[in-house]
Amino acid sequence: MEQLLQQVASGLANGAIYALLALALVMIFVSTNHINFAQGEMAMFSAFVCWQLLNWGYSFWVALPATMLFSFTIGVLIERIILRPLHTAPLLSVVVVFIGLLAIFHSLAGAIWTHTVKPFPSPFPDFSLVHSGIIGPHQIGMVVVAVGMLGLLFCFFRFTPLGLAMRAAALNATSARLVGINVDWMLALGWGLAATVGSVAGVLVAPVVYLEPNMMAGILLYGFAGALVGGISSPGGAVAGGFIVGVLENMVAYLGNMLERATGFYLIGNGEKLTVALIIVITVLTLKPSGLFGHVTVKRV
Amino acid sequence: MTKRTRRDVLVGGSAIAAAQVIGFPAIAQGKKYDDGATDTTIKIGHSGPYSGNASAYGNIGRTIEAVFKMVNDNGGINGRKIEFITYDDGYSPPKTVEMVRKLVEQDKVLFLFNTLGTPPNTAIHRYMNQKKVPQLFVATGASKWGQPKEFPWTMGWQPDYVTEGAIYAKHILATIKEPKIGILMQNDDYGKDYYNGFIQGLGDKKNLIAQLATYEVTDPTVDSQMIQLKNTGANVFFNITTPKFAAQAIKKAFEIEWKPAHYLNNVSSSFGSVFRPAGIPASQGVMLALYRKDVNDAQFASAPDVVAFKAFMAKYMSSFDIKDDTHNYGYSVTHTLIEVLKKCGDTLTRENVMKQAASLKGFEAPLLLPGIKINTSATDFYPLQSVQMARVKGESFEMFGDILSNESA
Amino acid sequence: MATTMTTETSAAGDPAALPGLRRPIPKWIWLGIIFAALLPLIGGQTGLISNFYFLQLSLMIVYSIAVLGLNLLTGFNGQISLGHGAFFAVGAYVTAILIDRYEMHYLATLPLAMIACFIVGYLFGRPALRLEGHYLALATFALAIAVPQFLKYRHFEPLTHGVQGINIFNPDPPFGLPLSPDQWLYLVVLACAVVMFIVARNIVQSRMGRAMMAIRDQPLAADTMGINSARTKSITFGISALYVGLAGALHAIIFEFVSPDSFRFELSIAMLVGAVIGGIATLSGAVIGGFFVQFIEKYADALTKWITSTVHLPIHLEPWTIYGIVLIVLMYTMPMGIAGGLASLWRKIRPPG
Repeated sequence: MEQLLQQVASGLANGAIYALLALALVMIFVSTNHINFAQGEMAMFSAFVCWQLLNWGYSFWVALPATMLFSFTIGVLIERIILRPLHTAPLLSVVVVFIGLLAIFHSLAGAIWTHTVKPFPSPFPDFSLVHSGIIGPHQIGMVVVAVGMLGLLFCFFRFTPLGLAMRAAALNATSARLVGINVDWMLALGWGLAATVGSVAGVLVAPVVYLEPNMMAGILLYGFAGALVGGISSPGGAVAGGFIVGVLENMVAYLGNMLERATGFYLIGNGEKLTVALIIVITVLTLKPSGLFGHVTVKRV
Repeated sequence: MTKRTRRDVLVGGSAIAAAQVIGFPAIAQGKKYDDGATDTTIKIGHSGPYSGNASAYGNIGRTIEAVFKMVNDNGGINGRKIEFITYDDGYSPPKTVEMVRKLVEQDKVLFLFNTLGTPPNTAIHRYMNQKKVPQLFVATGASKWGQPKEFPWTMGWQPDYVTEGAIYAKHILATIKEPKIGILMQNDDYGKDYYNGFIQGLGDKKNLIAQLATYEVTDPTVDSQMIQLKNTGANVFFNITTPKFAAQAIKKAFEIEWKPAHYLNNVSSSFGSVFRPAGIPASQGVMLALYRKDVNDAQFASAPDVVAFKAFMAKYMSSFDIKDDTHNYGYSVTHTLIEVLKKCGDTLTRENVMKQAASLKGFEAPLLLPGIKINTSATDFYPLQSVQMARVKGESFEMFGDILSNESA
Repeated sequence: MATTMTTETSAAGDPAALPGLRRPIPKWIWLGIIFAALLPLIGGQTGLISNFYFLQLSLMIVYSIAVLGLNLLTGFNGQISLGHGAFFAVGAYVTAILIDRYEMHYLATLPLAMIACFIVGYLFGRPALRLEGHYLALATFALAIAVPQFLKYRHFEPLTHGVQGINIFNPDPPFGLPLSPDQWLYLVVLACAVVMFIVARNIVQSRMGRAMMAIRDQPLAADTMGINSARTKSITFGISALYVGLAGALHAIIFEFVSPDSFRFELSIAMLVGAVIGGIATLSGAVIGGFFVQFIEKYADALTKWITSTVHLPIHLEPWTIYGIVLIVLMYTMPMGIAGGLASLWRKIRPPG
């Protein structure tokens, strides 16, 4: 029983990582209908920027806002400079551009900061209250930040004029233009926000998996799965989806392990947990294509 | 330490066979060259992962390159400059084959040195031996690199994983009462080798293993596996992981308050990339087998080889992190090669390179621990076979026990 | 299956496909193939082209076949795949296991590898029918990650040798032909490619091909026309996997070695990039794509080394930076791929009439 609890807690903690990345993916998707495959590498790059600032002696509370600002700027610039001219290009061409961006961020991080694994300090205090062996303070911190980030974005989109304008631009660009919204800039803002969310993800992931250029490579798939299972157009769904994927994966390994211990037969274990979790996710998606929390869009023909 | 691998079986009869393959033309007076060697240069090939998921090891290639730069700046070896050609193979076996064929057939190198990784080296193993081009001091500890009879052109360098795994198993059996063992293992060739050695070392006590948990290099964390292992109630933990995951495992064990006797493989013997990221308090007491010095350890601060290494790092690799253990490795293995090339004299043929590599006697390469020496012969293609048990204490290692070696056991 | 649609409708779906419709293969292409087939005699015997170049040419052709397979699915049928490396691995392993365990002749393993991949592809394509766009991308992404893990699965180890991989032997040329193994394999690979390209051309121009494109361009209209889109899509998936599987099988024979590490996710991405850069939904694009997959990284590497040695940058530039920039620039200048870009260039400069 204790193990079950620990596995769920550890799944939630990993899920928080996936949720933050999924949130960033959804941010770009709702404004541009693209899945940004470079999102993970951008988050990794941001984490390196933060590390550099910390290394120069700035405090975390200076380094983090500076990193977020930097990431926001990079996001906006990428949209304005690289993606804007490709607005009419076929979807696959855009995918290739994302792969190009992925390669560039990855290799630049390696070139600037080398491939050596680096420790990254946790921003959360090491309070002894939770040192009960179930979940660490950083893990709790990640879950709180993921949910908090979602709350902030929710308020932004619901209650601020800028947020409303962004939603309008994403929903119906032509009508938004007619009411005087600068749609182009709204898309760029969407990219900037996504990059900012991603940078927070990167900074929170780095203390767990350690900082190096390959840090996010394995995580992208989980974030992607999380975003889709929650419904790719729903920020709340993305966060929930991230948590679901995290817990589901641990449960598969846990149950496989229990089965092996009870019967002595190895059916599934740690080697297959990701595969089985993905099969479950994909099965759910075939049954409910809009995701668990997504809206069904009716297309007029 | 005993180890029943192919090697033991070979000792008797194959000595003559191997000597015949390698030994015959080497007694040449004057100069004698194969492809890649001239009066002024020696061309050496290398491939390693500068990109891809093993890119942390790319620093080995960079270090080798820098050591050769230093050698060339000091006049080269026997008056010849080293031309070191290195390609990126991304740790992908087919790409290694392609790059290595380019090195051998287009660039015409004299031999390959320290190609990195078990899968990449496996892919080129037969090709190198068919072409009769040395595949020297490969950067992997798999046990298959020491078969002079079947593969007279391939030689490893570091203590092999099978031996090391067996050493841990023996140590556990000798020192721990009623051991119950949990194992975390990277699910690949390297992990399996350690595991097999460990099983060999346990002998008929295999049932002491409570659980084997594996992970994939693409897994973000090993948290789930660590929780499983803790819940088996194991009091011994054998940690077969590469640095990033080793650090995660040490940290997680600490967080979930699992305090077994912790054995860590030598692959992750780095303070820079393992114990410091994991946290020094969490790393206390972790045991592992060492063969090289930790250059950041105060007890070696005045050793001449450590001083020389630090001077080298400051001059040729100033932008790199000296705490990263890969530089230390690259420096030591390259100096072993330099010794071989010095002994080759003016007979720079492939046969002679292998012959000299197979006749190192008590060579103390820089940065090896005191008492650990390199020995090879026509039948012994395992240069390093001795290790020293140590445990993490404070911010350095505390050695304990004797030097354990395959030859003496 | 009732595929009763008219030629006009399908052609309207893809005007670019019209010019090639039912036209014989141009003479210069045949001449090119004959020249390529004579290369071992012209270049190999005279020593102009080394064995290493033949290896590279063989690989380029192998990747062309793989890119062609992906192109049939993604380009002509509109289904995206981030996981075709999985079929590549299946093909390679089927061949390796048949040679290693059952001592089959390497040529005899090729059709079996193709059939196996067709079945796997068809079975995967069947449930994936319900998935579109991003969902299909995720499912195929998952496939690419899953297959290497399955090759290591404990209960398959007697066949796959788990993480160790399988060593097989490179065939010598038959009948005492005066060719090196590399030259002989080059001819084998070339012959396979010629056959596969002709077959692909026929598929694309057949009723099946028109159905594929109709589904891509007007899924609803295609349904109402009576095209059985479920069946067409999953058969396309199977055919596509068959092509990629053949490429994988040839790859295994060329390298004499397969292991789970040989077929990582990067391979799937390289194939997709090759298909898009070469020119999606064109046959010539597959050849260009194969060239791109095989050579671009090496050029990026060489260019990076050149830049590092001429310009004294404060950092060690890495090849992927150049690779990424090349991808973005190509997509900028030729969003329809190199084949598409060349075609539109030709339309602009060719003499009127």
